[in-house]
Amino acid sequence: MGETILELQSIAKRFGQTDVLNGVSISIGKGEFITLLGPSGCGKTTTLRIIAGLETPDEGRVLLNGKDVTDTEPNQRDVNTVFQNYALFPHMTVAANIGYSLRLKRRSREEIRAAVKEALALVQLSGYERRMPSELSGGQRQRVAIARAVVNRPSVLLLDEPLGALDLQLRRQMQSELKALQKQLGITFIYITHDQEEALNMSDRIAVMRGGRFEQLGSPAEVYDSPRTSYVARFVGTANVLTGTVRSVENGVLSAECAGGCAGALCRGYSFLPGSSVTLAVRSEHVEFTRDKNACGLPAVIREKTFAGGMLRIALTLADGTELVASRHGIDLAVRTGEAVRVTWQPENAVPVDVDAPTGAAEAGA
Amino acid sequence: MRARRKKRGGVWLTLLPLYLFTLVFVAGPLVYMLVLSFQTRAEVWGVIHEFTTDNYQNILQPVYLNTFLESFRLAIVSTLLICAIGYPFGYFMAKLSPVWKGRVMMLLMIPFWTSSLIRLYGWIIIFRANGTLDKLLMGLGLTDSPLKLLYTYPAVVVGMVYALLQFMILAVYSSAEKLDWSLVEAARDLGATPLKAFLTVTLPLTLPGLLSGVILTFIPSMGLFFIADILGGNKVVLVGSLIQDQLMKAHNWPFAAALSVVLMVLTSLMISLYKRVTHTTELEGLL
Repeated sequence: MGETILELQSIAKRFGQTDVLNGVSISIGKGEFITLLGPSGCGKTTTLRIIAGLETPDEGRVLLNGKDVTDTEPNQRDVNTVFQNYALFPHMTVAANIGYSLRLKRRSREEIRAAVKEALALVQLSGYERRMPSELSGGQRQRVAIARAVVNRPSVLLLDEPLGALDLQLRRQMQSELKALQKQLGITFIYITHDQEEALNMSDRIAVMRGGRFEQLGSPAEVYDSPRTSYVARFVGTANVLTGTVRSVENGVLSAECAGGCAGALCRGYSFLPGSSVTLAVRSEHVEFTRDKNACGLPAVIREKTFAGGMLRIALTLADGTELVASRHGIDLAVRTGEAVRVTWQPENAVPVDVDAPTGAAEAGA
Repeated sequence: MRARRKKRGGVWLTLLPLYLFTLVFVAGPLVYMLVLSFQTRAEVWGVIHEFTTDNYQNILQPVYLNTFLESFRLAIVSTLLICAIGYPFGYFMAKLSPVWKGRVMMLLMIPFWTSSLIRLYGWIIIFRANGTLDKLLMGLGLTDSPLKLLYTYPAVVVGMVYALLQFMILAVYSSAEKLDWSLVEAARDLGATPLKAFLTVTLPLTLPGLLSGVILTFIPSMGLFFIADILGGNKVVLVGSLIQDQLMKAHNWPFAAALSVVLMVLTSLMISLYKRVTHTTELEGLL
């Protein structure tokens, strides 16, 4: 991460009796693509509104380019927003919408015209200057909203679920376009979504939010491969989560007893005492089947097989009733519904989650 | 396409009674009035069917022309005042919580339960010499002697504002209510000060409400003769009073008709101007 452009210092916000944000802190570098990921009501939009200045935090500071802007008016901040519903001015043409901020800055007509033209080219809508927002499709409105927000070249661009209203195909296309645009402009993007696939696809770092806090902050690989909590494991990439008792620890690999069998996982820098309880997360694609009765594994029964999107999903039930999902590419004819099997995974593909340890220890291990 | 046309036909048929009613009771009298305005007054009572344009030429006499100008002036003054009070009222009302919106709406509606004439007599009690207002001002030591506001121009203006303010409030409220407030946030986010955001986003988007409020107050204020009669005595003569006098007292029906036609043409011009400006055909806030 290069120079810091935006810093949130333990931001807290309450609406009436509800704590919406509980001490959110993050330091964001220049040109970074940060995604705030979480279900609705987790405080991600409020975080964005506080950065934009549309909301004032009850506690904490917002630092933009090293300056405290906590109490600065939104129009004084070098930050622009792409709103969820686009918020295009319905009484202005596309050109007037995009040139709005430049007109406020009293730039010359020629300058504005040139900047609008460039911004429209950037979002591949050249020649749409004289249209009204009501004459555009959803995807086109989205592009105009983006052009309007970047025409000023802000230090930070805030995007509030910008692709939420678009259909899947258009969404995929816009994802790569947005990513390319961000690279081209070198502007810091703070992106809100509840779609984990979108987050994994586009971000440099992901902040998984829950109940007004950052549950985990890290690169997509870190969040996906080493979820720190069972919540993150389930929310990002839907991992299997199971509990057990630690039996032994050897060379950074722990062996645990769960659901009437044996399961291995990396310690990830945590220390475990034999006999302590542990929660493990393992991705469905890492769950394997074994016929070796002596290998470390868990007895399970295949409950259901579904085939969707090129993936075979096998739902299993463990001896203690825990549900487990295994997934494979292609159709695997070897497993049958109702069959008793033994599942296992490589210890390096499983991680302990929800460990009560100082976060420093966790980060050292990650 | 065919099914649709058939459906349309059905709609027209069900609307037929309405159209007939309008034709007989609205268009009919209007045509009658237009015809009447070109006829000659009988010596004592009634009308002689003799074509003339005298009635319209009569209006050009300074005394009548002045009445028109005076009416316009009063309407403009009242409408400006109503805008100044009604716009902020309607705007902030739209920002209230749903519960308070309901309460304020109720307060606005309560006066309508009483006849407007009776409410006007209330103003007489307030305005008359040594009335409520004088007592209040003298009690507070703001004035030494009664202001004698009744039967003055300001009293008529207050009466107009009072009688027509609700229409402006409701028109502005209904268009501010529809306003997407995230547009104002977007303007602020793009660098607009609160005032600039209001002028470039809020005002243009609530303008249809404001303009329809202007129509709904300006036009009636040209014709509300009883306000001028009750609160202005005989000092303030408006077109409305003039028409009433010509019809009921002077029995000069053709001249009253001509005055009405001119008034109607003027108001129609205003409405078409409104349509031109806002590109709409509906008046906002018309309940």
